[in-house]
Amino acid sequence: MQKILKYVVVDILRSRIVLAYTLFLLLISFSIFNLEDNPEKGLLSLLNLILFIVPLISIIFSTIYFYNSSEFIELMVSQPIKRKSIWLSLFGGLAVSLGVAFFVGAGIPILIYQPNITGFLMIIAGLFLSVIFIAIALLSSVITRDKAKGIGIAILLWLYFAVIFDGLVLFLLFQFADYPLEKVMVGISSLNPIDLSRILILLQLDVSALMGYTGAVFKDFFGTATGITISFSVLILWIVIPVFLSLRKFKSKDL
Amino acid sequence: MKVFILISVIASLVCINTSLAAVITVGKGKDVATIHQAIDKANNGDTVLVYPGEYHEKNILINKSIALIGIDRPVIDGDHAYEMISVAASNVVVKGFRVQHSGKSSLNDIAAIKIYSSSYVTIENNIVDDSFFGIFANNASSCTIRNNYLTAYNKGEQESGNGIHCWKSDSMHIQNNTATGFRDGIYFEFVTHSIISRNLSEKNIRYGLHFMFSHNDTYVSNTFRNNGAGVAVMFTHGVKMINNVFENNWGAASYGLLLKEISDSYIQDNRFLENTMGIYMEGTSRIALVKNLFKKNGYAMKIMASCADNKLYLNNFLGNSFDVGTNGSISLNEFKNNYWDKYEGYDLNRDGIGDVPYRPISLYSMIVEQNPPAMMLFRSFIVTLLDKTEKVIPAIIPENLKDNYPSMKQLSL
Repeated sequence: MQKILKYVVVDILRSRIVLAYTLFLLLISFSIFNLEDNPEKGLLSLLNLILFIVPLISIIFSTIYFYNSSEFIELMVSQPIKRKSIWLSLFGGLAVSLGVAFFVGAGIPILIYQPNITGFLMIIAGLFLSVIFIAIALLSSVITRDKAKGIGIAILLWLYFAVIFDGLVLFLLFQFADYPLEKVMVGISSLNPIDLSRILILLQLDVSALMGYTGAVFKDFFGTATGITISFSVLILWIVIPVFLSLRKFKSKDL
Repeated sequence: MKVFILISVIASLVCINTSLAAVITVGKGKDVATIHQAIDKANNGDTVLVYPGEYHEKNILINKSIALIGIDRPVIDGDHAYEMISVAASNVVVKGFRVQHSGKSSLNDIAAIKIYSSSYVTIENNIVDDSFFGIFANNASSCTIRNNYLTAYNKGEQESGNGIHCWKSDSMHIQNNTATGFRDGIYFEFVTHSIISRNLSEKNIRYGLHFMFSHNDTYVSNTFRNNGAGVAVMFTHGVKMINNVFENNWGAASYGLLLKEISDSYIQDNRFLENTMGIYMEGTSRIALVKNLFKKNGYAMKIMASCADNKLYLNNFLGNSFDVGTNGSISLNEFKNNYWDKYEGYDLNRDGIGDVPYRPISLYSMIVEQNPPAMMLFRSFIVTLLDKTEKVIPAIIPENLKDNYPSMKQLSL
């Protein structure tokens, strides 16, 4: 398994796309922190970047990588290797390379300019989002055989998590405006890893704005140690469940 | 001859004075043992000097114009049952005591030091500790309350009193006091023509400063910090608030400054730092808000549609989550020459004034106003998208709520 993992990582790094992604993140992070005189504002701009670009790159890159290495996967399957270890190495290789890319590209600038709890939380959230969207990409691409369709689904999924989900939430909020939805919102936010990460980070940043009644409910939940533990457990579930489902699918898939 | 008469007149005056103003000492081995005895013995104009010690005396009533002065801060203790000092005469001085452990009664409003219908009373340099009400002025005028340090340890709103409480008074000077742990730090009702300056009011259960029907008062250089609901001022005209600090008032119903039915007032050079809401205005008209700083608040200001003819000039808005919030679609207030850190316009003729108006209100802040749980989407992409679209073509946000002459640079205040 380690050998395949190593091979996947080397293969991804050789393609230089990940290198370009790292440089892109580095460039943007440093320019944001240097342009904003207020580092906290810089962190906010970076937040949007992380919540928007990191999932996009993760999901698209992983999907394309999966389809491009289908021949390699077929070759591996013909060897006396467990399908489970092939699949987990593929996932692990993607997670390691994109995780490292994010850490170098955005994590190091954050650690230089904002070495505090908010910055730290942001790095963790970015890493989680990278891995979660790799897991989602693997699940969607193992289900669809056609490459074009697979990439289309990946883009749609990203669009759903980044924009459409929030639109739906807004719609629901207005439909059910007469009901107390504060506590429900805490639950709903866990249905979208992007929203969950955003709220976790924002509670560190914009405390005063969020201290309205909704904010108080959020703070009561996400601000406590239990709340943070639960939210991170949910984020971990967002990795484990897609990986598990895709693994089950891959094991019985007719290649 | 004239000179001689003058000298003799002055000499006789001096003689009369010395013969009138006696000094009575209180303490172990002094003239008398208790403050009660001293007051009984004293005449108008006398001085009662209280030497160090603990005085457990029930309700000391000062009904003569005397100066009650503590030396090295003697302790007057109410044993959790009584009111300690009651002043019912004019021209009284109470100075240099530690007054502690008052009784509690909502019926009598027990205070550590209470002034009843008197004028020219001075209360200074006292420490009030563990008291129901701190200093209570009832129908007083021209009194001075200064350099007192008041502390209470109350838990609930219902069973606690106020730090400095003035009712139906006039021309009061409240200066350099500290009030902590009361229901309201400073409370005014029907108090006019008074000056409140350099006080610190923090960690009170309800409001740092609370006043109603108190016209033509001036508040200068006070600090209101970390109070349950900030500062609330209501039903008043002619208020001047200058150089005060309102900070760290956090909570679902907490305001740096709540203005309700205030008119013809002037608010200048104040700092609003890290409040859930910097200023909340309701039914407020004809007030000028000039040169204030709003920094890191949730909402810098919330201006309800019931406000009219207010002028907001030359203020700095820095790092607030929302600059302005409102509930209606009309705005009858004027914004001019403010600095907004979120302004994205340009200045082609380089006169320091932005060429395109700034709209301090965002669509999202209106959505949150109507539907608080929408706070969940704060800073999400869809919200940014909605806000940008709305700023290009305003449909829901008040069309004329805008700063036509936004400043390009932060104003030096």
